[in-house]
Amino acid sequence: MDIATQKPRWLLRLVLSAGVLAALYAANLGVQAGFIEYVQRIILIAGINVILAVGLNLINGTTGQFSIGHAGFMAVGAYAAAFTGVKLAPHVTALLGAGTLADGVTFNLALLVGALLAAGAGVLVGLPSLRLKGDYLAIVTLGFGEIIRILFNNAQFLGAATGYFGDSPAGLPTYTSFFWVFFWVIVIVVVVRNVTFSQTGRSLIAIREDEIAAEAMAIPTTRLKVLAFTLSAATAGIAGGLFAHMQSGIRPEDFKFDKSIDMIVMIIVGGLGSISGAALGGVFVAVTLELMRDLQQYRLVLYALLLIVIMLVRPEGLLGTREISLAALRRRFRQPERP
Amino acid sequence: MSEFFQQIINGLSLGSIYALIALGYTMVYGILKLINFAHGEVFMMGAYSGYYLASWLGVERYQAAGRGFPLGLALVVLVLAMAASALLGVLIEALAYRPVRSAPRLTPLITAIGVSLFLQNAAMLLFTPNPRAYPPILRELRFAAGGVIVTNIKLAIFVVALALMVGLHLFVQRTWTGRAMRALSMNIDAARLMGIDVNATIRATFAIGSALAAAGGILFGLDQITINPLMGVLTGLKAFVAAVLGGIGNIPGAVVGGLLIGLAEQLTAGYLSPDYRDAITFLILVVILVLKPEGLLGVVRQEKV
Amino acid sequence: MTLLALEHVDKVFGGLRALRGVSFEVAPKSIFGLIGPNGAGKTTLFNVVTGVYRPDGGHVRFDGAEIGGLPPARVAGLGVARTFQNIRVFRSMTVLENVMVAGHKLHRSGVLSAIVRNTAHANDEGALSVRARELLEILGLQGQAGDIAGSLPYGSQRRLEIARALMLAPKVLLLDEPAAGMNSTEARELERQIRFLRDELGVTVVLVEHNMSLVMSVCERIHVVDHGETIAEGTPAEIREHPRVLAAYLGEEPSAGRTEREA
Repeated sequence: MDIATQKPRWLLRLVLSAGVLAALYAANLGVQAGFIEYVQRIILIAGINVILAVGLNLINGTTGQFSIGHAGFMAVGAYAAAFTGVKLAPHVTALLGAGTLADGVTFNLALLVGALLAAGAGVLVGLPSLRLKGDYLAIVTLGFGEIIRILFNNAQFLGAATGYFGDSPAGLPTYTSFFWVFFWVIVIVVVVRNVTFSQTGRSLIAIREDEIAAEAMAIPTTRLKVLAFTLSAATAGIAGGLFAHMQSGIRPEDFKFDKSIDMIVMIIVGGLGSISGAALGGVFVAVTLELMRDLQQYRLVLYALLLIVIMLVRPEGLLGTREISLAALRRRFRQPERP
Repeated sequence: MSEFFQQIINGLSLGSIYALIALGYTMVYGILKLINFAHGEVFMMGAYSGYYLASWLGVERYQAAGRGFPLGLALVVLVLAMAASALLGVLIEALAYRPVRSAPRLTPLITAIGVSLFLQNAAMLLFTPNPRAYPPILRELRFAAGGVIVTNIKLAIFVVALALMVGLHLFVQRTWTGRAMRALSMNIDAARLMGIDVNATIRATFAIGSALAAAGGILFGLDQITINPLMGVLTGLKAFVAAVLGGIGNIPGAVVGGLLIGLAEQLTAGYLSPDYRDAITFLILVVILVLKPEGLLGVVRQEKV
Repeated sequence: MTLLALEHVDKVFGGLRALRGVSFEVAPKSIFGLIGPNGAGKTTLFNVVTGVYRPDGGHVRFDGAEIGGLPPARVAGLGVARTFQNIRVFRSMTVLENVMVAGHKLHRSGVLSAIVRNTAHANDEGALSVRARELLEILGLQGQAGDIAGSLPYGSQRRLEIARALMLAPKVLLLDEPAAGMNSTEARELERQIRFLRDELGVTVVLVEHNMSLVMSVCERIHVVDHGETIAEGTPAEIREHPRVLAAYLGEEPSAGRTEREA
């Protein structure tokens, strides 16, 4: 509340943003120098997972709808960004000359195109949510994810089932770095947080709590549900674009139902409806997936058991709908003083 | 024209398998309002139990001797596999679903996804991920009529599926447990007050639905020649779409939906492209949910305000 | 002068005719009672007026315009607010948030403003919270603003629903058994609050209630339905003496403090 009603102080924000960018840049150098490639990769995946989880949580946690086909949005973003990047790079280089600047511009334009197309898919999938509740909607999202995968499997200009590797024999350019992943993590977390703690966010929660009452309060439930889907799909699209530029190519199997399940695990572990919980869940999944790499065939058995046990024992997840924030921590430490 | 009839025959036989599986989805949804995601895996487990039972009863020996597997033993395989799957269904209900029955609706749904994943991956560990050739518990015989080929397997699929569906209909309409199921699907609390044993009835629902899925699994194995641990994912999904198409919670609807999905799939594969045989199901799903979410035979239920 | 008018409204559920040609008119700034035995169709009437159900016949006019069959959010936006018989507060939200969420009319800045947190956003949030606190004070809930709504006692949740509905700045407020679950002290306080809404805020109130002493003392006109049909309308004094009303309630004497819910 007190934060929301504060008048913005633009100069402070500017300084703060510059500081964050500088810190990111320094951290980027530190990560590149300090960790072997294997660890760097885990860190990047953790960041991408945080984006996926925080975005998905907007639908599944905050709005109380249920998407279990989120890998579909990620796939749209990944393919769109990869394709755009490949086609755009020569033009941008011609304009700016080869180098970090051109790469950065190409990369972020490609990511934005990916986000845009994924958002379009989000509108498409969000529309049935006007008429469907809960589990029905879940099935539609699942069906959507499958249809997307089948389409990419058959799209010749995107390499069909072999996958898309761009036009050069070296494969897709690996633009994705610590700096850009966490730049987007910060942007997306801030955007989602600001949406959640606003009149829009309250309305989304109202839809989750009681849709009939929400309608009786003149809340435009239809528009808001589509908005949640659109925004969430866009974030998955960014994550897809970041993912695509981590390796030489992307395949339709990278976006199977398993990937959607990974995302569900992320938000369930952390607590549906909590941004910080989702972020924690994203890191958790990245780390456990790596730890279980040798146990590949047991991984999903363990995941499945984890899901069931969480549902039976603590269905609200680690944090429930609570958030970890400075204000909450301060409250916690102040509490003992109260009579 | 004969090509068309061939597709129709294949579509109806595939569709009756979908119908058998769809019945389990629709019965459980009718009572618990739960999409039993693990149902496709029960179907897969049914196929595997049929596989092992047939091998235990010596199907290889008959095959090596060049003789057909006796029909009586084939029926034993069917019945025992159905019983084993019924047990699995009851176990799933008791261990995973009953504890979360009164929780908010997303909790059982996520639990169901968990059970489904667990069974898939447990099956990959137990049976290896490789596809297996299904034992010929029915030796294939071909009949040709006017350019259309009908195998005895396709006929058996019809007959078994039809017999089970008629049996289910009679059970639900005529027996005490069947009446209890219908009562539960209308109002669980009222049914409990009328002295119906809710837990026992739900258990029976899972047992019957799972047994039907197992029958579907064996027929599927015979029809498609191979089985694998992930066979339940797509087939289960299609059967669920069939249940939604017919009107979820509605038993005749599941049968109609199953047959329609089977036909749509075969005709798409035959006349459009085999690549899109899976996509058509999801397209039907999206269209039906947007245009008539209560399904073809379903009724609209209004939430009480 | 009429603010809300129902003309021969019918509603059928399967074979059951839940409403049969119900007509009544509510004058602006009046307090209008709607009573009848359990299952008479009172809540169904509310649902038809607020767009939850589409009427199968007849008209619902609000401020002269047809609203029958409009979606609930439209009806609410036009100025018809309601509370629910089976309490529907947003349970996990705080009391203050419950009220703020109904205030889009005060919140002109959109989601983009929220994302960049500009001045328009801050001003809107401020205005919302000020108005919401005023309404909570009217309903005597100012002390609970930060509490989680689901943790409040029933009586407070019912008053919270009224505050939330008022945030829509409605012309008509439909109250569905607001006194159910309240003790007699709370019910008397509620009576005072209902009068305050009409006298100070100019809100027209339509009241469904089983607590007869509350209905008789606060309403200016009372409309009685039974089995989906109108059986009487008049002032409290007339209704008290009306033979058909007495017959309808026979064996179920109208008494103070009844808290049963409609089936």
